Amino acid sequence: MFSGFMVNAWTVGSIVAVVAGLVGFFVVLRGSAFVAHAIPNGSLAGAAGASLIGVNTILGFGVFALVGALGIGTLSRRGRHDVATALALVTMLGLGALFVGLSVEYAPEIYSLLFGEILGISNTQLTPTIVLSIVCVIAVILLYRPLMLASLLPDVAEAHGISTHRIQLAFLIVVALATTMTVPVVGTLLVFALMIGPPAAARSFSDKPIAAMGLSVAIALCVVWAAIALSYQTNYPVGFYVGTLSAASYTAGRAWAAWKRHRPALQTPSAQPAKSAAGAGLDWSQG
Amino acid sequence: MSPLLAAIFAPGLFSSSLVQIAALVCAVVAVVAGAVGVFTVIRGQSFAGEALGDIGTTGGSVAYLIAAGPLWGFTAIAVAGAAAMELIGIQRPRGRDVATGIVLGAALGVAALLLYLDTVQDSTTGATFTIVFGSPFTITSSAIPLVIVLSVISLGLILLLFRPLLLSSISPELAAARGIPVRLLGAGYLLALALAVALAAFTIGTLLSTALLVGPAATALRLTRSPTKAVLTAALVGIATTWLGIVMAYDSYDWYNESGKSWPVSFFVVTLIFLAYLLAGLPNWRRRRASVTSTDALTRA
Repeated sequence: MFSGFMVNAWTVGSIVAVVAGLVGFFVVLRGSAFVAHAIPNGSLAGAAGASLIGVNTILGFGVFALVGALGIGTLSRRGRHDVATALALVTMLGLGALFVGLSVEYAPEIYSLLFGEILGISNTQLTPTIVLSIVCVIAVILLYRPLMLASLLPDVAEAHGISTHRIQLAFLIVVALATTMTVPVVGTLLVFALMIGPPAAARSFSDKPIAAMGLSVAIALCVVWAAIALSYQTNYPVGFYVGTLSAASYTAGRAWAAWKRHRPALQTPSAQPAKSAAGAGLDWSQG
Repeated sequence: MSPLLAAIFAPGLFSSSLVQIAALVCAVVAVVAGAVGVFTVIRGQSFAGEALGDIGTTGGSVAYLIAAGPLWGFTAIAVAGAAAMELIGIQRPRGRDVATGIVLGAALGVAALLLYLDTVQDSTTGATFTIVFGSPFTITSSAIPLVIVLSVISLGLILLLFRPLLLSSISPELAAARGIPVRLLGAGYLLALALAVALAAFTIGTLLSTALLVGPAATALRLTRSPTKAVLTAALVGIATTWLGIVMAYDSYDWYNESGKSWPVSFFVVTLIFLAYLLAGLPNWRRRRASVTSTDALTRA
C-alpha cells in the first residue's frame, strides 16, 4: 500500500487536501459553494474542447477555469452571484456538449477528469501539481487579511480602501487555480466535496479563524488518506469515499456543536472572551 | 414553401416524431421551470436547483441498477435531497450554501460509486455524458403522461402558494410578522423545486434543467418588476429558446459535422438563453451609462 505507484497517490493526495482545505475555508466563509461546484464542472468543457483540437486537456481545463472565474466575477452584482454562477456554468457546459458532439472519437481523458485517477498518477504529473499548489498556498497567505475582512465585513473593507470586487476576482482566480490542480487527481465531482465538507466541519469545531483553517486542512488530510486506504482495500472509487467521508465529517462537526450548545458548563473559561470578541461583529461561525 | 423558409425549417422537421416530442416536452418543462425559476432567482437558490438536478441523476443511476423506471428514481432522490437540505438548514440564508453543498457532495460520491458499478456491469461510459450533458432527443413517448402529471403537481404547488411564498421570499421578516409560516412555505417551495428539477433533468438533462430554471427567470426579472408578468415572460423565453434551439439543432446536421451527428440541442438552447439574459440587461446598462455621463457633464460644467 505504501510502495510503487501508491507513493505518488499519497503525496499528491496530501497536497490536494492541504490546498482544498485552505481554499475551501474561504469558499465556505464567503458562501461560494456554488462557485466551487461550477468552476470545476464547467471547466470540463475546456478539456473536451482541448481534446477536440488536439491540445493538452489540462491546459484547456485551466483556460476554461480562468475564463469561468472571470466571467462569474464580471457578471455578478454585489453580494448576489448565484444567477451569474449558474449562467456561467450552463454556458460552459453547453460549449462542452458541443465539443463532445463534434468530436469523432470518445476521449477517455475527459472521463478520467470527471472522477480523477489518484491511483494512476505519473511522475511527470507531480511537478506541475506541486508548483501550482505552492502558488495557491502563497496566494491564500497574501490574500488572507484583505480576504478575511472583505468576506466578513465588506463595508469596513471598502472604508479601508479595499475593493471588494477586486478581492472577489482574486479569490475566484485562486479557486480556478486550485481547481485546475486538483481535478486531474480527484476529479471534478469530488474537488467540490473536499472544498466544502472539511472546512464546514472545521467551522463547527473552532471559533478562531486560524485554528479553523488548520483544522480544515487536518480534516481534509484525514478524509483523503482514509479514502485512499479504503479505495485501495475495496477497489471502489476514491471519489465515493471522499464524498461520503466529507459529509460524515460535517455531520460530526454539527453533532459536536449541538452537544457543546447543550452543555455550556463544559466550556473552558478561556473560550469565553474570544467568543464575545467574535460576537462583537465578526460573527463568522455557524449561526 | 419558399426557399428561405425551407432553409430555416429543414425538410422533415415538422413531421419528425422525435422533434414533436422534444418540442412538447420542452414547452411543458419551460413553463414549469419558468414559474419555479422566478422564485428560485428571487430567493437566490439557483445552487439548490442545480444541485437537485445533479442529485436526481444519482437517483437515475440507482433506478437503472435496480431496473425501476428512471423518472421515479429521479423524483424520489431529488425529493429526498431536498428534505436533507431542509434538515441541514437551507432555510437560513447563511447556512443555505453549505447545506446544499454538503448534500450535493455526498450525492456525487454515491453517484461515483453507482456509475462505477454501472460501468463494471456493462461498460457504458457513454452514460456519464448523457448524465452530464443530456439531450431532449432521447425521450420516449411513453414517458409523456408521467411528465405531465409531475409538472401539473409542481406548477399547482407554486400557484397555490404564490402570494404568501412571494412575500416570504422577498421579505421573510415581514411575512413572519404577518403570521405566515415562512419555514413551511420554504419547504413547500423546495418540494416544488425538487419535482420540477427532477422532471427537467430526466427529460432534457441536468445542464438544460439548470439553464431553463435560472436563465429565463433571471431574464424576465430584468425586464419586469411584476412577479406575475415575470412568470409569464420566463415561460415564454423558455419556450422560445428551446424551440429555436431544436430547429437550429435539426438544421445543424448539414453544418460542419465529421462525427455524423447533428450539433447538440443543449448547446443552442444554453447559448440563446445566455444571449437573452445579456440583451435583457442592455437597457439597464445603457441607462446607467447615460446617468454616469450626464453626472460627469454636470460636474465638468
